[in-house]
Amino acid sequence: MNGVFDMGGMQCMGPIMYEKGEPVFHERWEGRMEALYRAMGVWRKWNIDASRHERNLIPPAEYLRNSYYESSVVQLLGLLVKRGVVTRAEIESGLPAPGSAKVSPALTPDAVMPLLARGTVASRDVQVAPTFKVGQHVRARNINPVSHTRLPRYARAKLGIVERDHGVFVFPDTNAQFLGEKPQHVYSVRFSARELWGQQAPAQDSVNLDLWDDYLELA
Amino acid sequence: MTTTRRDFLAAAVTAAGAAVTPDLTRAQEHDHDHDHDHQVLPSDPALRVKALESLLVEKGLVDAAALDALVDAYEHKLGPRNGARVVARAWVDPAYKQRLLADATAAIAELGLASHQGERIVALENTPKLHNLIVCTLCSCYPWPLLGLPPRWYKSAPYRSRAVIDPRGVLREFGLDLPQGTEVRVWDSTSEVRYIVLPERPAGTENLNEEKLTALVTRDAMVGVAKVAFLPERGSA
Repeated sequence: MNGVFDMGGMQCMGPIMYEKGEPVFHERWEGRMEALYRAMGVWRKWNIDASRHERNLIPPAEYLRNSYYESSVVQLLGLLVKRGVVTRAEIESGLPAPGSAKVSPALTPDAVMPLLARGTVASRDVQVAPTFKVGQHVRARNINPVSHTRLPRYARAKLGIVERDHGVFVFPDTNAQFLGEKPQHVYSVRFSARELWGQQAPAQDSVNLDLWDDYLELA
Repeated sequence: MTTTRRDFLAAAVTAAGAAVTPDLTRAQEHDHDHDHDHQVLPSDPALRVKALESLLVEKGLVDAAALDALVDAYEHKLGPRNGARVVARAWVDPAYKQRLLADATAAIAELGLASHQGERIVALENTPKLHNLIVCTLCSCYPWPLLGLPPRWYKSAPYRSRAVIDPRGVLREFGLDLPQGTEVRVWDSTSEVRYIVLPERPAGTENLNEEKLTALVTRDAMVGVAKVAFLPERGSA
C-alpha cells in the first residue's frame, strides 16, 4: 500500500528533534503499551508483517500527528479485534464478555528475558534456491500493491547491484495477509544516490536496501 | 501536547476502522487500585492503556508481572551498553573484529548478548573514507538487542524521510560535517536484518582498556549519526 508511512525521500517533515538524555519511556503508559504489545504477540494471533500493516492503515493525518506509542494503541486495538482476541463489546465495556472462559497468559515473567534475547526470528532454515548472485545488476520491480509490501516507493524501478545474500526469510507481502510465509532469499542491494535522487546527489554516495527475490528482476 | 492528546481519541477511533470505540476506559469504574480522578474524561492514552491492560489481565491474556518484567528489561537491561561492549571488543581484538564484520550474529552471541538463533545482525565499519548510517524509512526497525529501544527522533518523520535523500544534511543537523571526499552509505532496514555501525576508534585512546573504551561508545555513534569522541582528562594520556 502506498502510504505516508513510506517516508523515504520526503523533504517536508521539518528538523530532527533531538532530545539530550532522552528516557526510554517519557510517560509510564508508554512502557505499559510497549509491554502489552510484546506480551500479546506471544499468542501468535498475528505476525510482525500483519502487525506493521495494521499500523500503516492509520489514516495519514493521524499517523503523522500521533506519537509513536499513540499509534501503538490504535495498532494493538485493531489487531485484537480483527484477529478475534477480544470482541468489540469487550473493548466498549472494558469487561470480559459474560461467561467467557479465562485463559492462562501466554507470556510468564520468567519467559520475558529469553523472549527478548530471541527477538523476531524471520529467517527460515529451508532450502530455497537464490534467484540472484552477488555482483549481479538488478532492477527493483515497479509494483504498487494495495496490500502490505516492504519495497519502498523510492527504490521502485531503480537499478542496483546485489551486494550480499542474507539467506532465506519470510516474505512480508504474503505473510501480512496470512497467505503463507513464501520463504525466499533477501539481498542487500546497493543503489547509487544518483540512481535514486538524480545528478545533484554526490557521486560516491549510496543507499542499501534489503530486498526479497520477488521484489527484483535482472537488469 | 494537550491538543495532540485530545485529537488522539478521535484518531484512534477512526483508525481502528470504527470497530473500536474509546469507551475502553470505563473499566476504571471497576478498578479501585488506580490513583486518578474518576471524573477525568478518557482523553488521555494513559487511561486507555490502563483500561486495556485491565481487560487483558481479566481475560487471562496477559500477566501483569510479565508486563512489569518487560518494562524493567526495556528500561534497565537492554540498551546501548550492550552494543558498546561489542564495539570496544572489536577495537581491542583484531580477530574479534574480523569475526564481527564477517558474521556479526555469531560474534555478538560470543559475548552472550543475543541468542545465536536470534535475528540476523550485520556490523558496518566506519573508516575515514566511508561513513555508514542506519535508518528505517518504513517504520522503526532498530538493533534493539544491542541498543535498546530506539529514541524518538529515530522513529520520527524528519529522520526517516531525509536520511536516505540527504544523509549529509541530516548528519550536519547532528553536528557531524563530513568531508566531501568521504563516501556515505545509508542502510534502510527494510527486512528483519538489523544493522549496527562499528564506529572509528578515536585517536588518543591507545592506552585505554576495554572497559574505558566501552564507556566512550555512544548509541548515536552506533546508529551512525555521530563519531565517538575522546577528550583526554587534563594531566592524563
